[in-house]
Amino acid sequence: MTALLDVSDLRVEFATRHGVVSAVQDVSFTLEKGETLGVVGESGSGKSVTSYAVMRILDRGGRIAEGRVSYAGVDLRAASEREMGAIRGREIGMIFQNPRAALNPIRKVGRQIGDVLIRHARATRQTAHDRAVEALRAVEIRNPEARAHAYPFELSGGMCQRVVIALALACDPRLLIADEPTTGLDVTTQKAVMDLIAGLTRARGMSAILITHDLGLAAAYCDRIAVMKDGQVVETAPSAQVFARPAHAYTAKLMRATARPGARLRDLLETPKPEAPRPAPGAALLVVESLAKTFADGVRAVKGVSFTIREGESLGLVGESGCGKSTTSSMVMRLLDPSSGRILLGGEDIGTVPAAHFPRDRRRGAIQMVFQDATDSLNPRFTARRAIADPLMRLTALGGRERAAKVEALAEQVGLPLHLLDRFPHQLSGGQKARVGIARALATSPKLLILDEPTAALDVSIQAVVLNLLADLRAELGMSYLFVSHDLHVVRLLCDRVMVMRGGEIVEEGDAETVMERPAHPYTRSLLDAAPVPPALAAETPLMETARCAP
Amino acid sequence: MTAATPARPTGLRAFLAHGAYVLRDNPVTLIAFALFLFIVFCAVFGPLLAPYDPLESNAARALQPPSADHWFGTDSLGRDVFSRVLVATRLDLAISVAAVALSFCAGSAIGAAAGYWGGWVDAVTGRVVDTIMAFPLFVLAMGIVAALGNTVENIVYATAIINLPFYARVARAEVAIRREAGFAQAARLAGNSDLRVLALHIFPNALPPMMVQLSLNMGWAILNAAGLSFIGLGVRPPTPEWGIMVAEGANFIVSGEWWLAIFPGLALMLAVFTFNLLGDGLRDLVDPRRRT
Repeated sequence: MTALLDVSDLRVEFATRHGVVSAVQDVSFTLEKGETLGVVGESGSGKSVTSYAVMRILDRGGRIAEGRVSYAGVDLRAASEREMGAIRGREIGMIFQNPRAALNPIRKVGRQIGDVLIRHARATRQTAHDRAVEALRAVEIRNPEARAHAYPFELSGGMCQRVVIALALACDPRLLIADEPTTGLDVTTQKAVMDLIAGLTRARGMSAILITHDLGLAAAYCDRIAVMKDGQVVETAPSAQVFARPAHAYTAKLMRATARPGARLRDLLETPKPEAPRPAPGAALLVVESLAKTFADGVRAVKGVSFTIREGESLGLVGESGCGKSTTSSMVMRLLDPSSGRILLGGEDIGTVPAAHFPRDRRRGAIQMVFQDATDSLNPRFTARRAIADPLMRLTALGGRERAAKVEALAEQVGLPLHLLDRFPHQLSGGQKARVGIARALATSPKLLILDEPTAALDVSIQAVVLNLLADLRAELGMSYLFVSHDLHVVRLLCDRVMVMRGGEIVEEGDAETVMERPAHPYTRSLLDAAPVPPALAAETPLMETARCAP
Repeated sequence: MTAATPARPTGLRAFLAHGAYVLRDNPVTLIAFALFLFIVFCAVFGPLLAPYDPLESNAARALQPPSADHWFGTDSLGRDVFSRVLVATRLDLAISVAAVALSFCAGSAIGAAAGYWGGWVDAVTGRVVDTIMAFPLFVLAMGIVAALGNTVENIVYATAIINLPFYARVARAEVAIRREAGFAQAARLAGNSDLRVLALHIFPNALPPMMVQLSLNMGWAILNAAGLSFIGLGVRPPTPEWGIMVAEGANFIVSGEWWLAIFPGLALMLAVFTFNLLGDGLRDLVDPRRRT
């Protein structure tokens, strides 16, 4: 029997300002009927480009330069645009990364599904609505009759992704391509969406390609895994085998860098390093007392939270989107005024200074932040040098020459090569931008650093490096961290204590290991269960044993 | 992009290299910049280059068709049309540049404040701008010039006022979407006051779309100034100005003296055309993201 999808020696080229660049080369894989293939790789590895090439929806300037793509015996490279139109949607369905961007914002979701059904002659104008409701019911949307009349902005992120899945599956395609279907969704929503996709593909006997950067996710849902790096497939093997005996060094590196239970911060790095010492907690630095925020529209985002961070201590604040963790950190950061409660920094109430005046306050420099999205947090018109110098200019009395020296010292401290200082953010990689953001936050020698998901937008291998950098800086400078994240496994690596937040309240607080090993609250347990974790590194155990056996 | 990449040229050199790329990349931009330089050259050196005095009448040579002596012919008073068209460039360009600069500064300040602070600032400025937009703009400009007095300055003010809403709206929208952006928050953390965040961090990022608006408006402002002169407001004869020249020449078209209106009209068209083409190029030039 021939494979459903057969890609061989695929090469995709893009015409750019600096000549022709090949994004993908020598990519070959096959997909059998009913099989789920995981394509895993970091950003820029060409995994999305490969799937776009299969669908023939490459961006302007992109073209398939070489290779063969055949779907059920049909050569997709030779197919006309009209034939491709029939294949897309009816034969091959696709789920995109950002569900909100994939839906037409001004058309009701039921209608959008109806459009696809009519386009592929699966329904007539009269039956389209009923068929769309059926499609919504299939993706387990509650009350599909009412939801069919909703606009995308009226639905949550998880709900939008379900609609996109309904769209992709409406015409019963035989192949489903899911491009990072759960990026940006909470872990519990991610689990629900992935279980739904897995259940539907199994029930309908479909084949699927799951494109993801998350090894854990791929391990949990795929039969076979193809690992991509720099536009090439470096390894293809059944899931279990990939995790048990990674054949390629890059696969092993990826697995090592993934945060998982039992691993310590240094275990994530390629080259082992001694664990950075954690500073011994001192006196209370930040005391937050029954902090609450009610927005003008009556939404109670934070309903009275209290916590203490001691000098040199790291506290993790974990919760899903909408739980109030960002509102809490914004209030502590003094970007937002609380409705009630006190924020004491070193015994002084900084909550009484209005957020609008706090930038000129003498305590501004003592409390700084590393933002979630390094790209968004850097001014596109400022070079790295100017970005780091900005807080020095406003908050310190340093002269021009001292400032220049301090910027270079900061860059060295965070491991940013000095020649990159004159680049603009768009000329830097994700990891380099993260370093600029950290250097800027460190510029005023803060006592408390709030880390708002500082690695959420980074690849795992870079995440590992940045987390280790943060641990080194803490050991060196004795700062306190408030680490805000949705990922318990990442928080555990860096924090002494963890708070779990839900619906504006803290539901559980305690020692990081205890919360992870023996969660007391059912919500914490559901968070832990929902996070997909790759099987433990097989290579790690014997290595540790040998180390232990050695005299 | 890796750490091993050698350092690239910085500062002015990088800007020039980027400019050269923008021009190479799009031939239309190249043509537009060439025409723009030509117009600026005429404005600066026009009076020096003009073969005749644009105001000197010579009844003996009235209404002569284009010839080797008078490239664009002569008008009813025997004045050289070529010299007049050339000399008029400076006045027309000055009026439109001054008007556009005024409305760009005022409009973007108003719009940026409305977009950043919202609330009553937005409500008040929004209604004022709507009120201006509610009038037929050219009629409003006529009214302003008629009320304030028939001078060149008043043409500038009138043109500035009717162009202001476009800048205010673009600036408001561009600032509002960046108000809560990460880099604006980071700027507040770095100790920048609200005014600084707006002026140094957010506003420069709103420039690229404003540049497109700017160049489109330049063309429009020239047309507007010429239009006002055409109907007898603003610049008065015998000052050489494209609008007046077209107006005066229009009377002679019926009797076959086509060159009186055609040449100043072509000059006007060329100027408007140039500024309309310039927009995309200007945007590419000021957008740092286009530099790689």
